[in-house]
Amino acid sequence: MSKINGAQSLVNALEAAGVEVMFGIPGGAILPAYDPIFDSKIRHILVRHEQGAGHAATGYAQATGRVGVCIATSGPGATNLVTPLADAQMDSVPIVAITGQVPSAAIGTDAFQEADIRGVTMPVTKHNYLITDPKDIPRAIAEAFHIASTGRPGAVLVDIAKDALQKETTFDYPHTVSLAGYNPVMEPKSEAVRDAAALIAQSKKPVLYVGGGVIKAEAAAELMQLAQVTGAPVVTTLMARGAFPDSHQQHLGMPGMHGTVAAVTALQKADLLITLGARFDDRVTGKLSTFAPNAKIIHADIDPAEIGKNRHADVALIGDLKNTLRVLVPATKVALAKSAPDLTPWLNEVYGWRKKFPLGYDKPADGSVSPQYVIERIGKISGPDTIFAAGVGQHQMWASQFIGYEKPRTWLNSGGLGTMGYAVPAAMGAKVGAPDATVWAIDGDGCFQMTNQELVTCALNNIPIKVAVINNESLGMVRQWQTLFYNQRYSNTDLHSKRIPDFKLLAEAMGCVGLRCESPADVDKTIEDAMAINDRPVVVDFNVHRDAMVWPMVAAGTSNDDITVARSMAPVWDSQEL
Amino acid sequence: MAIHTLAVLVENSPGVLARVASLFSRRGYNIDSLAVGPTENPKVSRMTIVLNLEGHALDQVSAQLFKLVNVIGISEMKDSDSLKREILLVKVANTASTKELVKKHNAVIADESTTTLSIEAVGQSTAIESLLTDLKPHGIRELVQSGLVALERGDKTLADRTLSTMGTANESDPNSSTADYQN
Repeated sequence: MSKINGAQSLVNALEAAGVEVMFGIPGGAILPAYDPIFDSKIRHILVRHEQGAGHAATGYAQATGRVGVCIATSGPGATNLVTPLADAQMDSVPIVAITGQVPSAAIGTDAFQEADIRGVTMPVTKHNYLITDPKDIPRAIAEAFHIASTGRPGAVLVDIAKDALQKETTFDYPHTVSLAGYNPVMEPKSEAVRDAAALIAQSKKPVLYVGGGVIKAEAAAELMQLAQVTGAPVVTTLMARGAFPDSHQQHLGMPGMHGTVAAVTALQKADLLITLGARFDDRVTGKLSTFAPNAKIIHADIDPAEIGKNRHADVALIGDLKNTLRVLVPATKVALAKSAPDLTPWLNEVYGWRKKFPLGYDKPADGSVSPQYVIERIGKISGPDTIFAAGVGQHQMWASQFIGYEKPRTWLNSGGLGTMGYAVPAAMGAKVGAPDATVWAIDGDGCFQMTNQELVTCALNNIPIKVAVINNESLGMVRQWQTLFYNQRYSNTDLHSKRIPDFKLLAEAMGCVGLRCESPADVDKTIEDAMAINDRPVVVDFNVHRDAMVWPMVAAGTSNDDITVARSMAPVWDSQEL
Repeated sequence: MAIHTLAVLVENSPGVLARVASLFSRRGYNIDSLAVGPTENPKVSRMTIVLNLEGHALDQVSAQLFKLVNVIGISEMKDSDSLKREILLVKVANTASTKELVKKHNAVIADESTTTLSIEAVGQSTAIESLLTDLKPHGIRELVQSGLVALERGDKTLADRTLSTMGTANESDPNSSTADYQN
């Protein structure tokens, strides 16, 4: 076998793993790898900050289902990846990060640009590696891709000492990976499937509680079958938006802190939650002890540690969701053929709530632009094939509420970690993975100022994303909490971002088209103008009303029973509903 | 108090102890003691972890632990069907009465100076505690204790179950409050 250096072995391994693109920045310790990268068929996109590389890898992975790859040097390059690694791990997104490390002899000496990134990232990755011997590189890369993409997907980091990249080695890529301690369970137990079907056949008030796992498992079609077979209403969590069409009659929308009244209340009143790839997150359950008090729980998840973590499961279906649904659907059909409770009273009730308490918003009295309207119009004009990536905050909730999602992988956001600044680099990664799709970043003015430098990357690399900056000149969600819980004392949430920076000029300085919209009458025209630009990234500064709030709301730590549809306003129930 | 002993087989690879410690710290699980050492298989190390689980389910701890890629198998070591031993080394004054206590507790004088005795005791936690209780009034100069180690009684071995079969949580033992987690 011919001798190559470790760096070439790394690039060969990445090619063998099927990598088509990676996002990164070179530096001292990773520099040997950048020489063979120069000749590789893998597209390398030079970002402006490593955090951008990490979120771009995540956006790419969420849009395509393939493993996203980012690469950085040692020390600060590597530590700048910590946030996107934690973000991807929390949202079960398959990414692999490659980092250079100082030469093995210098490890532990506090050398220049040394950081123990394996130690740092241990709690925020699914697994990680420190490689000091070049012969270990192909195996580590093969394992990293296997671990990131199988079971419950997640983030894997491979840290490689500089001398391992420089030394001679031979390349031998293992095409099968066998790990003694890693064998994800793929098929649910047949008894559990039978038990689940029996519970479904007994339930008079079932709800399909759908989480992001359905999208990860590519199980949207199977979910549709289960919805059709059971006739049960469906709620899709923030991570699952798009797993089930918003336009479908059985869909109640998103549950949780800013969920619809119908979705939140259906979970509360249900006698059975058919939980599919969801994890009873606090943003969904509210005060856990009061969540869905009368419901039995079927919990289907590929991660056994999710079973019983927050809520006891009456039936656990551990396995790949696609496989699980493929056996659960026929088993449910059989069980329902024997006895099928009449769901009509329940469906009348939940669809009544949906009709009575639809999502909505007020138009600002002063004639200024309402942020919800902007987001709703972008969704309508751009259509259901568009990929949307949101930042974190009010605009994220509105983008989840007021855009109709019809397909999986069209809604990307940072659900678990709640990473402000996610949108622009994630949209960049999504556009690279799905170049034919229109990709909109729905961002806030706070978020946008954290990572907008990647627009330079987009402009230079022909990645024409569209960015809607929902500019309410404040950290809007924090401001909302200050309004509601801190006596309107707006401590450090005023960003003055209608004055500084000028987002239109900033966009143009970065090689993008900059647009601005300040009046409701101009919203559609501005969106259409942005839609017409496909040769460059475009940024629209939507100046919106700053006091708009996200409703409905279940205040943190309170019960879902205490949902409010507007400030201090509980839903007005008919007496028989109470 | 909910004290449980877990035997955990792990790959003998760098950082595995840090991963386990990091997991327990991050999820707020309290470790009473942890002993780690080589096994009959050079690729595998064995940890014996004694946990004080107030407010956490043993199943959840095992499931989280089993998610670590380097963790190969986990089994609870119950008092009823396993051998559990700790080692104590303790330094006390060299007197007739302390020597008498060594005899009474079947301990060993491992080292002796004109003024001190270094006593070695191996046994179950209760026996070690009993020796220490008796020694305390005589003044304990210094003591060191190992973490507890445990081995199943009879012909069962965790290594056989874990390393020879590829599979999932074995729920065949109805007496186990935590399933065996094996790959």
